[in-house]
Amino acid sequence: MVRAVPMIVAGEEQPLFPCFFRMRQSKINTSEHQRMDHLPTLVAEARDAIHAADDMAALDELRVRYLGKKGEITALLKGLGKLPAEERPAAGERINQAKQALAEELDERRQTLEKAALEARLAAERIDVTLPGRGQPSGGLHPVTRTLERIEGLFTRIGYDVAVGPEIEDDYHNFEALNIPAHHPARGMADTFYFDASRLLRTHTSPVQVRTMKEAEPPIRIVCPGRVYRSDSDLTHTPMFHQVEGLLVDEDVSFADLKGTIEDFLHAFFERDDLSVRFRPSYFPFTEPSAEVDIQCVMCNGDGCRVCSHSGWLEVMGCGMVHPEVFRHSGIDTERYKGFAFGMGAERLAMLRYGVNDLRLFFDNDLRFLKQFA
Amino acid sequence: MKFSEQWLREWVSPALATQALADQITMAGLEVDAIEAVASAFDGVVVAEVVAKAPHPGADKLNVCQVDDGSAEPVQVVCGAPNVAEGQKVPFARVGAVLPGDFKIKKAKLRGVESRGMICSASELGLAEEASEGILVLPGEAPVGEDFRDFLSLDDHTIEVDLTPNRGDCLSVKGMAREVGVLNRLAVTPPAISPVAPAHDETFPVRVEDPEGCPRYLGRLIKGVDVTAETPLWMVERLRRGGIRAIDPVVDVTNYVMLELGQPLHAFDRANLQGAVVVRQAREGERLVLLDGQEITLSDATLVIADERGPLAIAGVMGGEHSGVSAGTRDIFLESAHFSPLAVAGQARAYGLHTDASHRFERGVDPTLAREAAERATALLLAITGGEAGPLVEVVDTDHLPGEREVLLRRARLDQALDKALPAEDVGEILERLGMAVEACEEGWRARVPSWRFDVAIEEDLIEEVARIHGYNRLPARRPQARLSLRPDHEARTPLSRLRRQLVARGYFEAVTYSFVAPELQAALLPEAVSPTLANPISSDLSVMRASLFPGLVRALQYNLNRQQSRVRLFETGLVFRGELEALSQVPMLGALVCGAREPEGWSGGKDKVDFFDLKGDLESLLAMGGEPEAWRFELGEHAALHPGQCARILYRGEEAGWIGTLHPAVRAKLGLKVDALLFEVRLDALTHGKVPAFRPLSRYPEVRRDLAFLVDVDLPVQSLLDTLRAQAGEWLVEAHLFDVYQGKGVPEGRKSVALGLTWQHPSRTLNDDEINQLVDAIVEESRLHLGAELRA
Repeated sequence: MVRAVPMIVAGEEQPLFPCFFRMRQSKINTSEHQRMDHLPTLVAEARDAIHAADDMAALDELRVRYLGKKGEITALLKGLGKLPAEERPAAGERINQAKQALAEELDERRQTLEKAALEARLAAERIDVTLPGRGQPSGGLHPVTRTLERIEGLFTRIGYDVAVGPEIEDDYHNFEALNIPAHHPARGMADTFYFDASRLLRTHTSPVQVRTMKEAEPPIRIVCPGRVYRSDSDLTHTPMFHQVEGLLVDEDVSFADLKGTIEDFLHAFFERDDLSVRFRPSYFPFTEPSAEVDIQCVMCNGDGCRVCSHSGWLEVMGCGMVHPEVFRHSGIDTERYKGFAFGMGAERLAMLRYGVNDLRLFFDNDLRFLKQFA
Repeated sequence: MKFSEQWLREWVSPALATQALADQITMAGLEVDAIEAVASAFDGVVVAEVVAKAPHPGADKLNVCQVDDGSAEPVQVVCGAPNVAEGQKVPFARVGAVLPGDFKIKKAKLRGVESRGMICSASELGLAEEASEGILVLPGEAPVGEDFRDFLSLDDHTIEVDLTPNRGDCLSVKGMAREVGVLNRLAVTPPAISPVAPAHDETFPVRVEDPEGCPRYLGRLIKGVDVTAETPLWMVERLRRGGIRAIDPVVDVTNYVMLELGQPLHAFDRANLQGAVVVRQAREGERLVLLDGQEITLSDATLVIADERGPLAIAGVMGGEHSGVSAGTRDIFLESAHFSPLAVAGQARAYGLHTDASHRFERGVDPTLAREAAERATALLLAITGGEAGPLVEVVDTDHLPGEREVLLRRARLDQALDKALPAEDVGEILERLGMAVEACEEGWRARVPSWRFDVAIEEDLIEEVARIHGYNRLPARRPQARLSLRPDHEARTPLSRLRRQLVARGYFEAVTYSFVAPELQAALLPEAVSPTLANPISSDLSVMRASLFPGLVRALQYNLNRQQSRVRLFETGLVFRGELEALSQVPMLGALVCGAREPEGWSGGKDKVDFFDLKGDLESLLAMGGEPEAWRFELGEHAALHPGQCARILYRGEEAGWIGTLHPAVRAKLGLKVDALLFEVRLDALTHGKVPAFRPLSRYPEVRRDLAFLVDVDLPVQSLLDTLRAQAGEWLVEAHLFDVYQGKGVPEGRKSVALGLTWQHPSRTLNDDEINQLVDAIVEESRLHLGAELRA
């Protein structure tokens, strides 16, 4: 335990032990009385030493030195027997008090040092919490997918199923079965991409409705999202875009059901219950009656702007009651069942919803664009 | 359909302003696309007479004119037009007038002669699109001093209606007027049209060989016309406002009547007709030079008007050049016929044509209209070109004329369809207003459809008409009722939306690329691929269907690299198209592409480039979603687009399901890409396939782990070692994983060290060392025998 410490400088490491040691050596042969008399000094010196200790190791050494099995206070207790019997209780009490006091001092000092150590560690471990996190930042869904999923979600939650089908279709499913025979002027409504005389890229997702109606028994409630193709390419047309079509076939379905469904959908999609919706008579070979649906312009709230060509209205979808000819092609009893169908362009709705001003952006896949929908 | 608002208002004029009228028409299902003023704004222009004309003393091409504009004194004007002449009535812009383009007319001196105003050409007044050759000469009866805008009724609008294909009946002022009358409960006043008494009795024989295609044909000879006569300005203006350019009086009159009544007409030069006019199917290979100068070869599906020598015109589409009317024509044969929609449908398009006539016949022209139109045109022609009309010859086959249709509208169906019980008298009145003869019956109404409504044939058509005239927006709305029924939900299937979100969580952005790609790009990536080619692509670089998602993803990469994006992570889902049309498969796939740094540039490193195992890790995170990662395998494969040493064929349950790898450096160079890219694509059906979790009891007994390090040939796939090991490790092996692969110092040349951690656990007892040792020995022995693997000390 004895260490050679060359210099004792106040405030430096373990300053008082060697001094104290020498002192103790010089009194080694004094009587117990003398040693007891020295107790206050011993305590005072120990206290100074404890206060001066500045790490846990030093503190531990002091505890051993004074309170350990061979420590000085312990030695005093051991020497009590050498005192006259009548002095022993008082002396014992004094020693115990001193021991208690030093134990408390040590504990207090330990806590102080621990706290300081913790604080120092915490200070050292300080980081800049404003630095960005590590790892792979997340990407994002395409705005069209986002829109399609939203539309699908609105309908599937009230009991519609999602149906999909092939994109290279035949003339029958894309036209004939939808009451658009060859040379019907309505074929001119959608410029069609052909592979040969009868195979083509579907111009709408309606063939999926045809396929579903052939297989399923009413009631039928489906939405058909997907890619569709028309040979048109300019500022406001791309040769490929996405549609969602819906179909409901059941007994006692009326135009009122169609109107209610469309109004509910548009209010939900745009999250605006006060959005004005109007139905304009129109023509689709596969529905009768047919309607185009306009909403109050969501850009100018109907005041008139460039987006709505200053009309205050935006055409957003087409719809109608399923034409009996379409039912006949699909083998559905036209007297018993009625149905409605509707269709909308996903890009158009996405443009209105997110304020995208150029249709072509959807297919450039520019990351600067895609990141805006993450 | 474009027409003059004023013209319409001559037929029927509701008390509605232009915009309100347009809105009303739109809401009736005849969508108004545009309303345009027929003339640009100008003022200060009056009708004037050129009372004197003298050459300009200082300029050859100028004249000094004295113009009577109705003021007390004639006005002196310098005019440069070659056609100015004494006695002409002209539009005259007085000093102070403002012409289109904010062009102000001021007093001026032209080569020393004072000029106080300007005699205007049609183009200067915004009445002609092309620059005019000279001043606009007005008819002699034009009243001097009248404001020119009033004189030509220029405060008018052109209304353009985007008609749906079912409403061919509205392709005329008459049809639009009829509709406006219905909407406003107003009577419609047609112009007075009466038969023209023949001035001679010469006829030209007409033979209809295809009465089905042409159930009615009327013709008449008009002799002694002057085709050089001027078409009156009012007619030129109405044609212009209807979007039709004036050509010569004969063509103008036929166009005018078509615009007015909806009946296309055609005039032949009598001198070029031989024998008889024959309406027949063309003979395959017959040739015809059309009015527009192009020569076509006819097919036998085409109905033609012919004479004894051959075809003269495609019926209902376009006339021929040879038999057409020209300046020298003296006698004309006027045709007014009904061609059935089926006879004309598709014919124009088959020859790359689209004409006003074919547009109308395809949609259906009122079969009762031909006579009225012929008489109207004759009267107008005689008034303009002079001449003498012969008798009107009619060839008709009533069996083939569209029959009268009677359609039953059941009260119950109407109420059910609209969810509203409209008063019976309202329903009857709406149908009657639409020109139907209505008879009430027990079930509801029997309506006889008017001859012009080709689109009304079934009960639903009547329901639509009632709803349309009543107003869609006055009909009720309700929510459909349905029985609540649970939909099937296949838990084993991983929905596409989850796969997408997994990739999004791993830093990918979703791309949507065109399903058709450039053939060169596809060939560069997939030289062997066969996929359908579009017959009519929008451009050659969008002409072949993608056989893989790779071309689209690579193109999207190029697009982004060109825009300074160096770190690209994209995925796409969609169909790819494989095989010829006859054996086509349309396969849903999921593909992804990565390029650039593993992580975005940042403060904490991560500057490494992505590599194969980054992408594979992302893919494996998708494969794991099905709950059966062991069903998937990767094996070294060869793919034309991918680096031969960094390319794996992906197998699902032993079948090829996709590819993953680094873009082949040669392909990359060919595409001009300067950076490495990695791609995968996998069949979606395999990715979404999975299994429902099946619980295995947790063992309470201790695991035993052994680590084994083998030396194997560098080329040995670790997968082989894992397979051998699994085959030998017995049924209680719960995990085998690779924890180190090392090549280099301490390992012989050509060998690599592969370290594996194996864990066994028995469900119901503690495994003892002996049995594990036996398994390990078997693994080591088998690996040594079959794979040349030696256990490292």
